[in-house]
Amino acid sequence: MKEVQGLYKRLGVIVAVLLLAVGYTGGSVSAQMLMNGAGATFPYPIYSKWFDEYTKVDPSVRFNYQSIGSGGGIRQITERTVDFGASDGPMTDEQLKSAPGELFHIPTVMGAVVATYNLPGDPKLRFTPDLLADIFLGKITKWNDPRIKDVNPGVSLPDQPILVVHRSDGSGTTYIWVDYLSKVSKEWEQKVGRGTSVNWPVGLGGKGNEGVSGQVKSTPGAIGYVELAYAIKNNLPAPMVRNQAGKFVQPSIQTTTAAAAGAAKNMPSDFRVSLTNPPGEDAYPIASFTWLLVYKNQADQAKGQALVKFLWWATREGQKYTSDLLYAPLPPQVVSRVEAKLKQITYEGKPLLAAR
Amino acid sequence: MVQEGGTAEGLSLPRFALSTRTAGRWGDQLFRLLVRASALALLLIVLGMVVVMVRAAFPSIKAFGWRFLFTSTWDPVAQHFGALPLIYGTIVSSLLALLIAVPLGIGAAIYLSEVAPPWIRPPLSFLMELLAAIPSVVYGLWGIFVLAPWLRTQVQPALGSALGFLPLFQGPPYGVGMLAAGLILAIMVVPFIIAVSREVLLAVPDSQREAALALGATRWETTRLAVLRYARSGLIGAILLGLGRALGETMAVTMVIGNRAEISASLFAPGYTMASMIANEFAEATSDLYLSALIEVGLLLFVVTVIVNALARLLVWSVGGAVKEVRE
Repeated sequence: MKEVQGLYKRLGVIVAVLLLAVGYTGGSVSAQMLMNGAGATFPYPIYSKWFDEYTKVDPSVRFNYQSIGSGGGIRQITERTVDFGASDGPMTDEQLKSAPGELFHIPTVMGAVVATYNLPGDPKLRFTPDLLADIFLGKITKWNDPRIKDVNPGVSLPDQPILVVHRSDGSGTTYIWVDYLSKVSKEWEQKVGRGTSVNWPVGLGGKGNEGVSGQVKSTPGAIGYVELAYAIKNNLPAPMVRNQAGKFVQPSIQTTTAAAAGAAKNMPSDFRVSLTNPPGEDAYPIASFTWLLVYKNQADQAKGQALVKFLWWATREGQKYTSDLLYAPLPPQVVSRVEAKLKQITYEGKPLLAAR
Repeated sequence: MVQEGGTAEGLSLPRFALSTRTAGRWGDQLFRLLVRASALALLLIVLGMVVVMVRAAFPSIKAFGWRFLFTSTWDPVAQHFGALPLIYGTIVSSLLALLIAVPLGIGAAIYLSEVAPPWIRPPLSFLMELLAAIPSVVYGLWGIFVLAPWLRTQVQPALGSALGFLPLFQGPPYGVGMLAAGLILAIMVVPFIIAVSREVLLAVPDSQREAALALGATRWETTRLAVLRYARSGLIGAILLGLGRALGETMAVTMVIGNRAEISASLFAPGYTMASMIANEFAEATSDLYLSALIEVGLLLFVVTVIVNALARLLVWSVGGAVKEVRE
C-alpha cells in the first residue's frame, strides 16, 4: 500500500511540475504578442529575415511562421487557425467565397522562374514562348530541331533527344511556370492548364529545386525550370526569354521587378493578378508576386494593429532586405497601391492605420 | 481472475524473495491496468486513423468509386484522379527491391552466423546494420548524384544491349526510374533483413547442426538442411519486415523514381509510388476533392500493407505447420 501511495505521490509531483511548466511558458507568451502565420515555402527565407529584423522595430511582437505550403496556408487562414496566411498563387473566387470574411491579398516580394538546361559545351541559348511551350508539350523532341536553330543562329546544337524535367512536388514555382505556358500557348491551356501540380505531357519529376537541377545537371540533353534565386545561387545557366514586347530579356532581379511595373497599370485592386507575360520592354515574362493573406476585418484590435504595422514596414523598409536574399522588390507603383489597401483593414469598422 | 489469488498464495517462495511487503497485489493490478491500457491505446490509434482517413477520403470515394483503383490519369487541374499507376509502382518497386535484397541479406546473414570466423562477426554485423541508421534523404541524394548517373552511363546501356529484346530493359536510359528506385530500396531494406535473419539463424539449436554434421553432411548441406529449413518461418518474417519498409519508404524513392504516374513494362521508365504521391502533392493540394483523393491514396496504402501482411502471416503459418510436421 505504502509503495502505491508513494507512487501516486510521485506522479502527483510530476503532474504538478508539468502544469507549472506549461503555465510558465503560457505566461511568457502572453507578455509578448504572438502572431501566427502559415503558408508558402518560397518566401520563407525573406519572411524569417523580416520577422527577425522587425523585433528590433517592435519588440512586443513575435512571429511564428510555418512554411507548410500555399495550400496549407490558404486552408488555415480560411479556418482562422492563423492570424495571416501566405500563398504563391492567388486564391480562386471559390476559395475566397468559402472564407468566413473578406480576405485581402497583400503582395510582399516577387520571384521569377527560369529555364535551365544541360548541353555539351554549355551554349548560351535563347527561347521564345512557343519554343518553351512546345518543348514541354513534347512536340519538339530534339535539340537540333530547326525551330530551336532559327531562334539561336550560330549555336551548334547536338542531335540529342530533349528530356523534360519538372517539379514532382506541388509548388508555386510550377504554378508560375505553367501559368506562363498557359498564357502563351492555347494548346497548353486546353491540354494541361494551371495548377501547383499538373498532368505533365512528357518528362520526369524531380523533388524540389535541387531535385530538378540535380537531374538536369546529370543528364545531357535535359531541360527543366527552377526559381531564379536558386539558379543564381548555384550558377546555373538562365537563358533569355522573349517577352510580350518582342525583346529577349535576361532573367534577373531588375527585370523581375520590371515585370510588376509593366503590369501595374492594369492591376486589379485586389492584387490577385498573374504577372506572367506582362507588357513592358524590360519585363522578364515568367515572374510572380507572393502574397500574405489577411482578413479585412480583424477580430482582435491589438493583433490587427500590430499586423497592419508589420505589413506597412515589410512593404517599405523591409524591401531593402530582398536583394541579399535574391528576391525582387516591389516597384514603387505597387507599394503605393498596397498602402491604400492596408488603410482599408479595419477593426469593428474602424481603420487600423488611420493615424498615419 | 485465477491468477490473482492462486499464483500469489500458492508460490510463497518467489513472492517472499521478490517482495516482503503487501504491496504486491496492488502493484500487479496497476501493472495489468497499465499494460492493458497501452495495448488498447495502440488499437484505438489504428482504428482512429482508419476512421479519420475513410471520412476524409469520402468525397473522393463518392466521386470516383472503383474507377479510382482502375484508371491511370492523375490530373489535379481537371480533377481526375486514378491511382492504378501508383499502386503498380509501389508493388513493383518493392518486389524488385526484395528480389535483390533477399538473396543478398540472407546470404550475408548465413555468412555471419555459420561461416565467418567468430572474431569478425561483431564488427561486420555492426557495419552492416549501420546502413539502417542512414537517413533516407541521404540515400535519395546519393541516388540522384551517384547511383542514377552510374545507371544511366554504365548499367542501363549494357543491360539494354545485352537483354534489350526483353520489354523490361527497353527505352531510353534516364538513370532515374523504377530500376533506380528498386536498387535504392534494396540497399535500404537489406540491413533489416540481415539483422533479423542473423538472430533467427543464431537461435537454431546447435544440436541441429551437430546432428547433420554427425551424419556426414558438408557445411553447405548442414546449412541447407538443418539450419535454413529449421529457421524458415523466422526468415520469412525477416523478409516481411523488409517488404513492409519498402512499401512505405517515401523520401529516397521520391528522389529517384522519376515521379511519372504511368505504367510501363520497362524498368528504365519512370514510375510513381503511393507514398511519394502523398509526400509530393499534399502540401499544395488546395481543392477539397484533390485533398480527399490524396487521403484516399493513403487509405489505399494502408489497405495494401494490411493485405500484404495478412498474406505473409498465412505464408508463415503454412510454412510453420510444415516444419512442425517434419519434426513430428
